[in-house]
Amino acid sequence: MNNSEKLTKVFADTFGISEAETKGLQYQGIEQWDSVGHMTLVAAIEDEFDIQLDTDDIIDMSSFEKAQQILSKYHIAF
Amino acid sequence: MFGLERYGDKTAVITDRGERLTYAELAAQAKCFAAAVAGDSLVMCLCENRLGSVVGYVGCLDGHIPIVLLDGGGDASGIRGLVAIYQPEYLWLLEDRVKDYEGEQVYSYGHFVLLRMRYEVEIEKPAIYPDLALCLTTSGSTGSPKLVRLSEKNILSNAESIAEYLEIDEKERPVTTLPSYYSYGVSVINSHLIKGATLLLCEGTVVQREFWRFMKEQQATSMAGVPYTYEMLRRLRFFRMDLPYLKTMTQAGGKLNEDIVLEYLQWAESSGKRFFVMYGQTEATARMSYLPLDHALEKYASIGIAIPGGKFSLVDVNGLPVDEAGVEGELVYEGPNVSLGYAECRADLARGDDNKGVLYTGDVARRDADGYYYITGRLKRFVKVWGNRCNLDAVEQLAKSVTTQCACAGVDDKITIFVTESGLEEAIVRRLSTRMGLHASAFSVRKIPEIPKKDTGKTDYPALQELITKS
Repeated sequence: MNNSEKLTKVFADTFGISEAETKGLQYQGIEQWDSVGHMTLVAAIEDEFDIQLDTDDIIDMSSFEKAQQILSKYHIAF
Repeated sequence: MFGLERYGDKTAVITDRGERLTYAELAAQAKCFAAAVAGDSLVMCLCENRLGSVVGYVGCLDGHIPIVLLDGGGDASGIRGLVAIYQPEYLWLLEDRVKDYEGEQVYSYGHFVLLRMRYEVEIEKPAIYPDLALCLTTSGSTGSPKLVRLSEKNILSNAESIAEYLEIDEKERPVTTLPSYYSYGVSVINSHLIKGATLLLCEGTVVQREFWRFMKEQQATSMAGVPYTYEMLRRLRFFRMDLPYLKTMTQAGGKLNEDIVLEYLQWAESSGKRFFVMYGQTEATARMSYLPLDHALEKYASIGIAIPGGKFSLVDVNGLPVDEAGVEGELVYEGPNVSLGYAECRADLARGDDNKGVLYTGDVARRDADGYYYITGRLKRFVKVWGNRCNLDAVEQLAKSVTTQCACAGVDDKITIFVTESGLEEAIVRRLSTRMGLHASAFSVRKIPEIPKKDTGKTDYPALQELITKS
């Protein structure tokens, strides 16, 4: 699985949605992505990619695409 | 009720959308709102942390119009159910949601619209009890029709007590971190408006950049949170943030882990801030106790002492007072903020004061030799999930729509549904999560060979509870 597939799967598993639905997904765009869902997502991403996200990155991660951008700062290529 | 005119040109509300109202302007807008509502009416507000929502709330309370506050972002079928049961004469809601309801637009302000409702079959509506001011839900979820009935005296006395022990004055600038239909969130609004403070109204949450930008720009002096808020803040390395204007943090809505309480207390002491642990229930308007700062570090596991004007006592299973220190009993609260009672239908709004100032909390507690109280358990079958009270029996009923062979038990922030069949996990979690408006991680489904029963044939909940705490 490449990194893009991994991230898609983390989003889909965390929010219980299909992988197609992850594209363009935004914070509070679905009921599951509330503040609780956000922290679950952050923990899942950290586990999957074995990184620790900075506070600024956690509060900036407002969409699926933004998550990709942020992860590239941690040397995770997409 | 709020006496807004006293504070004239002082700023009452600033929103994250750049709106601003002085106390005089808020009072004027509240009057306009109240004038648009015909006499002997009930208003239901679908709350948002938006200016229109606050103006409608203040308009009703100042205009002596009874109002029900609901979660505007909640499950639509739950809201429609409550509308059908209570048949409010008016709905006050965000303009985007108007299309979902049958009614005539009679007033609007700040993207909120007042709908005069029409019903095909009108239910019988006896005259509403004259002192009824406000109705709140007990959980915000499960779509239960149960509401807590509150009077103006309840609201004002609780707001005054809170303002007294938190020392709230005109200089305070609380940022709204809680929903404005939630009793704790409402109490933040009330206790600050009566003192001429400035509400910083924000739709964002602590996991959003917009929230932090707004609270820094507007120099927020206080924030309120449920246990989960403080767990998230820790994860966001809150202790390292530079927030020079933030002076006070309050915590209620459930029990925060004692070690985390201690961390916040120590951080507050070393950085010149204040961290208040508090305890309450919607049935007592909001607040019943707080942990005074001078003893907080030594008694960090305690809910503290009763708020000014209130009184705690403990009773045993026979209803006899427990006077000895260190002995458990049900926690009983007396005070002017004890609600009038419950309502489950429109006719119940005619009821008077059922509680007469005494509330049996359903929480088990003990008192130490200094008179500080410690919660040790619960008599009733409910847990708190991220500040929302969830009745385990109601959750079980919901889960039974997927499989009748199930039973629920739980601890705070995690409800476990025991089942005897495999393969149901997804269906159950999806049903509960959607209907209760809670993230799926609140639920765990566990397969066991059979649901344990007592000799009487009733489900053996203590046995299930043991399965959870053992693993």
